[in-house]
Formats: sequence, structure tokens, C-alpha cells
Amino acid sequence: MKLRVTDREGHDHEIDAIEGWRVMEIIRDHAMQTPALAIKAECGAALACGTCHVYVDADWVDRLVPPTAEETERMEEDVFALEDNSRLSCQILMTEELDGLHVTLAPGSEP
Amino acid sequence: MTETQAQGETAHRTDVAIIGAGPVGLFAVFELGLLGIKAHLIDILDRPGGQCAELYPEKPIYDIPALPVVSGQELTDRLMEQIKPFSPVFHLSQMATDIAKTETGWRVTTDMDVAIDAKAVVIAAGGGSFTPKKPPLKELPEFEGKSVFYAVRRREAFAGKNLVIAGGGDSALDWTLDLLPVVNSLTLLHRRDDFRAAPHSVAQMRKLVEEGKMKLEIANLKGLEGENGQVSALTVARADKSEDRIPCDTLLAFYGLTMKLGPVGALCEKLGIALENNLIPVDTEKFETSVDGLFAIGDINFYPGKLKLILSGFHEAALMAQKAFHYVYPGQKLRFEYTTSSSNLQEKLGVK
Ligand SMILES: Cc1cc2nc3c(=O)[nH]c(=O)nc-3n(C[C@H](O)[C@H](O)[C@H](O)COP(=O)(O)OP(=O)(O)OC[C@H]3O[C@@H](n4cnc5c(N)ncnc54)[C@H](O)[C@@H]3O)c2cc1C
Ligand code: FES
Repeated sequence: MKLRVTDREGHDHEIDAIEGWRVMEIIRDHAMQTPALAIKAECGAALACGTCHVYVDADWVDRLVPPTAEETERMEEDVFALEDNSRLSCQILMTEELDGLHVTLAPGSEP
Repeated sequence: MTETQAQGETAHRTDVAIIGAGPVGLFAVFELGLLGIKAHLIDILDRPGGQCAELYPEKPIYDIPALPVVSGQELTDRLMEQIKPFSPVFHLSQMATDIAKTETGWRVTTDMDVAIDAKAVVIAAGGGSFTPKKPPLKELPEFEGKSVFYAVRRREAFAGKNLVIAGGGDSALDWTLDLLPVVNSLTLLHRRDDFRAAPHSVAQMRKLVEEGKMKLEIANLKGLEGENGQVSALTVARADKSEDRIPCDTLLAFYGLTMKLGPVGALCEKLGIALENNLIPVDTEKFETSVDGLFAIGDINFYPGKLKLILSGFHEAALMAQKAFHYVYPGQKLRFEYTTSSSNLQEKLGVK
């Protein structure tokens, strides 16, 4: 299972994903070897910070479970450069159907 | 709030200076207090509790021993109650900016020129000091401190300005109401027409907008115009994606707080401690750094097997105190006692 992540410099990385893990956790796990993937994720998925902000590739937006009201509110409060394809990566759970998911690290997600 | 907030004086003398008033810094006061050691705490936040109070006051914590569920704020309140008998002194809303060795021990200094002389220093700086979140705009640094600010140090600095305040929380609303009488014009800029701030200040703001005394703009900040650090307008994007300009000469941005390592990193390096991934290496017997009398506990430290849990920080505080005792009371023997049975400890706790 793969996840494609574009870093903040525009470089693409294909990384191994783990079913049941949050996309934020998968990216953070790979950041140890690949510093360009470093993601702040300050609150550790508690929906308290917005620093795990990513843009979801247009092809994938509709295939994700839509954001909860709490996630939308957090993005509106705490995220700069909010776009229609913005999501908090700590709220996206990796599943078989999402094999190949492509996200881009958003400004403000750098540690 | 029941803590003593130190004011006025600039030089303090105590046994141990603690940098960071998060849960771990607070519990350190307790463990030190049981051993007859007094403490002062410094925190950049305006209240104790660290991450628990700032990031998740209402969220539940389930892994504090014997408290099946407790919110971040409640845990903070309980710790404050638990350390009350030891009358810790708090130096809040200030950053610890220097740690230096002196003839008698250590001196910790803050950015408000408060100096604390102590026999030992405990760094309980957690995820780092809380600092204002900044919009990720390339041109921003050029304007910072000149015409773009994240806090109000002196109200008079805003007199006669054409001010934009950005944000929708209490800070943004409180300063809008507070600065309106002194500025020339004021615009409140928020991304959506929904405010987190206290309802009565929101109502007051809306009334002022209706009366034409100030403006409210619902849009996203996209960029700054101006030169030589002097902003002349903000570019913003509205919900319908249309762009617009808001002329102004000063911007005050309140986008919440985020944790940055801050001065603690450079201070450790100055003292010869090499950080590991921005964490302070310590031993697991006393949680002391490679420098005698300088301890690091809680989220800020690193040792093999470290878990960033409140529980671990509490344990670290207890072992740190055992060693700190010997810096505070050199040559004295430390007796191991239980709070249950020791009348000495119970006296200190004020329950006897
Ligand atoms: C959303 C969320 C949920 C969590 N849930 C749990 C949980 O369920 N269980 C658990 O055990 N842990 C949990 N944690 C982790 C827990 O909050 C931390 O382990 C804990 O707060 C660490 O405490 P601390 O006192 O070491 O540091 P912090 O709480 O980070 O406090 C450090 C303080 O030091 C101050 N400071 C730093 N440098 C300076 C300086 N130079 N000058 C002045 N002040 C300074 C900071 O402003 C801050 O207030 C959670 C964390 C988050 C964000
Ligand atoms: S990690 Fe904080 S909201 Fe996702």
C-alpha cells in the first residue's frame, strides 16, 4: 500500500503506507529518514492545532470520508492558506481503497 | 487563581528555578516541596498548565494513574491545589532568556529583567515555549516589529494608527475593544463570520460596526504591500475567491500560539550540552544534564526509551528532587519517607 506525498518544495515521495494508520502518522514515520517530509502535527491528532494540514489531489478528494464538523471548524480556525481540497492529515485513516492517495504538505505544517 | 504572582522586585533568591509551568514543572514543585526545597517557576504563558491548559483544556486524559478521566484544565487545577502548601512563586508572561553559573549556584534571567538566583535549575520546557503563530507569508519578516505585531506591549504605540486586527479569538476581540479609542481607524479581519471570543465582546464589536465606528472584514489574509518595513495595505481573498485590498499602516495578528523550542536550545548549547533532535539528553537516575545542577524533565528531555507522557514526567520530577536536595542542602542526609506515615511530610503539606 502506497502514499504519494509532495513536500513543501514540490518534490514527490512515494512511501509505504500502513492500513489503519493516520496519514499524518505515516508521513511522520517516514520523516525520520526523509527530513523533507517533516510535519509538525503538534497536537498528535487531537484536532487541536491544524499543523498537519495537507492538500488532497483533485482525483482523491471525493474518495475520502468527508471531514467531520469538528475537523472543518479546526481548519477554519487554525489553518492558513485554506483551499477547497484542504484536509487535516491526522483525520484521514489509511485503508485499502486509499492505496495510492496523493497529498501535498501545506504551508504551516513545517515543524 | 491562588498562586502568588511575583511582581515588582527584580532579583529573587530561591532554592530551585523551574523553567516551564506545564504539568511536569508544577509537579516538580510538589516533589521538591516534600524535601523542604522552595521553587520559583517561569512561563511565557499567562497561566500555568503548559500544553494541557493551552492546547487541550477541555479534552479528556485517560492515563493519569488513579484518575480514570480528567481534562487538561482540571489536571492543571488539581496540580495547583496539590502544590499550594509549598507556596511556589510564578513569573508568568515572560520568557527565560538566560541561565548562567554564579559563585553560589545559578542565575536565571527573563526578558522582563527578572533575575532568579537558585542552587539548581530545572528545565521543564516541554514542547518549547509558546509563541505566536504567524501567517506563512514570504514578505512577512520584513515588516515584523516595524508595522506588523503579534502582541501589544504598549497601548500608546498604536495611537493614531490605521490598524487592522486579524483573528477571531479573545485576544483579537479584547484588543479591538481596547485599542479602538486610541487609533485613527480600526478594521477587524477574520476568515469567517463566526467568533470564538466571549459572546459579550462579540456583541459589543458588532454594535460598534453598526454604528460605523469600526469595520469588520470577512476574508483570508493573502499578502502584505508596502516598503521598508512599513505596510501600506493587506491583500485579502474573500469567500467567493475575489481579491481585495485593505489599506492600513499597522497590523496586529492574533492567530493563536504554537510551540517553538525558543531560547532553551541556545542556552543548553552555550552551557556545552549538545541537543538531540531539539531535546536535552539526561541520565535516567537523576534526570540531570551533563552539567551539574542543571536538570531537564518532562517532554523536553531525552533518554533511551523516553515516552512523552505526563506520567513519565511526574516520575522524572521525583527522582530529580532527590538529587537537587544535595545542591540545596549540601552534606545533609536525605531520609526516605512516605507521605502516609511521615509526620514531617504531613507537616510540610499542612495536613498535621
Ligand atoms: C492534544 C494533546 C493530548 C495529549 N494527551 C495526553 C495524554 O492523554 N496523556 C499524556 O500523558 N500526555 C498527553 N499529552 C502530552 C502531554 O500534554 C505532555 O507530555 C505534557 O504537557 C508535558 O508536560 P511538560 O510540563 O513537560 O511540558 P509542557 O506542557 O509543554 O509545558 C512546558 C511549558 O514551558 C514553557 N516554556 C518553555 N520554554 C520556556 C522559556 N524559555 N521561558 C518561559 N517558558 C517556557 C512553555 O510555554 C510551556 O508552558 C497530550 C498532548 C497534546 C498536545
Ligand atoms: S495533528 Fe493537530 S490537528 Fe492534526
